[in-house]
Amino acid sequence: MKAAITSTGNTLDSLLDQHFGRCQYFVVYDTDSKSIEFLPNPFKTMEEGAGYSVVQLLVSKGVNKVISGEFGLKVKPILDSHKIQMIIIKDPNKRINGILELLNHY
Amino acid sequence: MSPKLKVLRRVSGPPPIKGFRPYGEATNHRIADPVNLLYEEYEALRLSDYERLNHHQASVVMGVSRPTFTRIYARALQKIASAFVEGRQISIEGGKIFFDSDWFRCADCSCYFNNPEKDKPVEQCPLCGSQQVSGFEMEKTSGTRPSEVSYDECVCTVCGFEIPHQPGKPCNQEICPQCNGAMRRKKVLEFSHQKKS
Repeated sequence: MKAAITSTGNTLDSLLDQHFGRCQYFVVYDTDSKSIEFLPNPFKTMEEGAGYSVVQLLVSKGVNKVISGEFGLKVKPILDSHKIQMIIIKDPNKRINGILELLNHY
Repeated sequence: MSPKLKVLRRVSGPPPIKGFRPYGEATNHRIADPVNLLYEEYEALRLSDYERLNHHQASVVMGVSRPTFTRIYARALQKIASAFVEGRQISIEGGKIFFDSDWFRCADCSCYFNNPEKDKPVEQCPLCGSQQVSGFEMEKTSGTRPSEVSYDECVCTVCGFEIPHQPGKPCNQEICPQCNGAMRRKKVLEFSHQKKS
């Protein structure tokens, strides 16, 4: 299972990004191989449709869970139609390594 | 003037298959054009006949009015009937819809999550694995309207049962807790009675 976490930086103690489409980095975590990949978001400066492009990118990576602070109105149906699970953490002080620890039960 | 835009219909998920194909004698002369059943029509049929909701409950689920739901449902039946009688294929695609899913909340890590696999029940939190999960209404948090005090009541048009009116939620979207009938604002009903007499 692969999970994508939105991150403000490319280190393990960066904070969770509260935006989905315009986050700074994605952390793609594979729970089977325990591999972690930092992916800079190429669509963060797009004026419109960032969410859609981001979902296409994540689908091509084989992600089936996304963790972020918030999901926009337009991106929710797109993720739903791809059967990707959304997880919302409304805590801006959450760090990436804390979330990875939570995911360790897989 | 541009025509009135259609309201997007809420569909819980795509059907497990893309359509149906007839077999037997009639398939020898394959009719090229299949009947196109829209996603919203499939959803109407699923809610009404598979989940056994009444039209009013189903219309609230799909986010359309009750008359619109009945029209969608009638179109679905009409299309399926023509496919059966004429021996045509049914393809399920298209429609003015958006996908939606149920949301849950985990009490341990205080996260919110949805369930894209609708057939499987949610047993544990996808983040921390805790069993302390409960159903959650996403609309309640997104409502930014300040709490208005209202002394109005919604009344059931079938059995007359009354519940206090909730501001920001139209009465015709409420479902009577006793008989699953359609609700209306009490004032409106009284007014129309006065008009008649």
